[in-house]
Amino acid sequence: MEFLSKFPQMDDALLRDLKKSIDESFRGFTRAYGDGIESFFEPLRLFLVYAEQFMTRTPWIVIFLLIMAIAWFGSRNWKIVVGAAATLLLIGYFGMWDDTMKTISMIFVCTVISIALGIPLGIAMSRWNRVQSVVNPILDVMQTMPSFVYLIPVVMLLGIGKVPGLIAVVIYAMPPIIRLTNLGIRLVDADMLEAADAFGSNGWQRLSKVQLPLALPTIMAGINQTIMMALAMVVIASMIGVQGLGQPVLRAISNQYFTLGMFNGFAIVGIAIIFDRVSQAFGKRLQKHTEVVHG
Amino acid sequence: MAEPIGIQIRNLYKIFGNDAASLIDKVRTGTTKTELNDKYGAVLGLNNINMDMAAGRIQVIMGLSGSGKSTLIRHINRLIDPTAGEVLVGGEDVVKMSPEALREFRRHKTAMVFQKFALLPNRNVLENTGYGLEVQGIPREKRIETSMRWIERVGLKGFEKKYPNQLSGGMQQRVGLARALSNDAPILLMDEAFSALDPLIRVDMQSVLLDLQKEIRKTVVFITHDLDEALRLGDSIAILRDGEIIQQGTSQDIVLKPADAYIANFVREVNRGRVIHVEAAMSPLVADTALPSGSVTEGTSLDDAMKHLVASGADRLTVTDAQNRPLGLLDSATIVAALVGI
Ligand SMILES: Nc1ncnc2c1ncn2[C@@H]1O[C@H](COP(=O)(O)OP(=O)(O)O)[C@@H](O)[C@H]1O
Ligand SMILES: [Mg+2]
Repeated sequence: MEFLSKFPQMDDALLRDLKKSIDESFRGFTRAYGDGIESFFEPLRLFLVYAEQFMTRTPWIVIFLLIMAIAWFGSRNWKIVVGAAATLLLIGYFGMWDDTMKTISMIFVCTVISIALGIPLGIAMSRWNRVQSVVNPILDVMQTMPSFVYLIPVVMLLGIGKVPGLIAVVIYAMPPIIRLTNLGIRLVDADMLEAADAFGSNGWQRLSKVQLPLALPTIMAGINQTIMMALAMVVIASMIGVQGLGQPVLRAISNQYFTLGMFNGFAIVGIAIIFDRVSQAFGKRLQKHTEVVHG
Repeated sequence: MAEPIGIQIRNLYKIFGNDAASLIDKVRTGTTKTELNDKYGAVLGLNNINMDMAAGRIQVIMGLSGSGKSTLIRHINRLIDPTAGEVLVGGEDVVKMSPEALREFRRHKTAMVFQKFALLPNRNVLENTGYGLEVQGIPREKRIETSMRWIERVGLKGFEKKYPNQLSGGMQQRVGLARALSNDAPILLMDEAFSALDPLIRVDMQSVLLDLQKEIRKTVVFITHDLDEALRLGDSIAILRDGEIIQQGTSQDIVLKPADAYIANFVREVNRGRVIHVEAAMSPLVADTALPSGSVTEGTSLDDAMKHLVASGADRLTVTDAQNRPLGLLDSATIVAALVGI
């Protein structure tokens, strides 16, 4: 009765060979194209480097005021600005300014890339059901696959460093912006589209003057989620060489530095709250006129 | 101002559902809406519509909910493609236009006002009004100038910077009207444009439209399910039921000669004194007798004639044409007979 007590699995030797041959061919692929792929991502690396240099080499007071200005113009809410200021000053006082700046620059680049790729993809999904039915399962996989697993091929291809870290974070953080762009456009009232058509809008005018503006609050919610997920990946990404607040946390784990871990953990939470409040307040302001007051 | 152009609709059929093209012959040979739905799961939207809409006049299309009014009006700017038939605007068949030609046609020849306003919530009144011009690529300065003129004309001066959710329904529809008029298109399509408004506001908007129409002289296609509205606005009225036109004519034709019991049923509720004209009620001239000195011109409503009669204290009136030639005689008995419908 061995058939019932033990799952009838593939022959051990065969399984080993299968894994080995896939690994081999992937390694072969890496050897053959690794350099090409690396140079393909070179502009990305430069973008990252410049963003990081800007954040760390500019006098701290300039960066501080810049962040305050963004917080103010995003939220128009003094409470949020004061909260953000207090958080940043505390982070700096406890010696985490540089790491925080590195993390913020990383999140910034990641968000820009996610927007640049995610919004067009979301638009394509909303436009063609075929695209939606292909992309949706891929997004499901991206979101449920443990993030450690897709670090492996990324590292095999590109090694340890900023760019592979960025790619891993983008893969993890991009799905919400794609999904919510698609959703936001699909939720636009059919009456609005009919009016756009009746006045003779072409495809681009329909998209840029009606669909995107009306979907914008939903898209903003996607951007907010993307930023939050990118922050959540900071510690994992630091395992493959991304600098910033994640690395001290990693060190704290392996050396059992309780306080170091807590401080950096709170710093991550702190900037997460700043990003969240500012982007949500911004989203709310965008929505100000879309609620129907009168019947 | 754009020259008015007429609209002709020829043998227009619309069947909703898969395989509509193969069902068209069944409909042509007499399959009814119910049969079509039961046997083939398709909905008969329009059944052999033929209409001539005169240039520069208000054509009302009336019918109950589901009778196909929205479907019909959407064929004029081809928001819906027909299953068969022609829609001729200024002699050109809209059905055969290429996508580019259709877009140009919609930009310059038609403008539409919607039942639920369909204003963009993220744009203020001024930006909403200029939408059609923006799509045409008109420069900003010119756009603002034209929009402001129409905003003022529909009575919304001072509200340019307000957003739709800050306005009442009546004001929102004024924006809808201003947006349509800014286009300066010869054809104005209005799909139950006033149906969502409160009764008093609705009458108000009807007056706005009639007043404007004296000046703009557009070919207006006005959809309504309300007979009073139809009679008040329509130079010509078509009544639709189950996708078929069951009567076309002036308000006089509809009220005085309803084509069937269905229409007669509607007409019973109408205030006849306001709708029926004196020439429909008058008795013929009697040879060799003197004409009464008091007179009314043809086209006067019975209500107004009655007021005239009472105010003047006479017992008879002469009905004259515009050139003051006598057409017939009117006394209170003939008026009352016409009012009660005998
Ligand atoms: N897209 C559609 N698919 C199927 N049936 C439709 C569609 N649009 C309208 N119909 C049907 O066509 C008929 C006429 O609808 P409509 O023109 O909206 O009527 P009205 O505007 O007079 O209320 C109705 O029976 C409706 O259910
Ligand atoms: Mg309708």
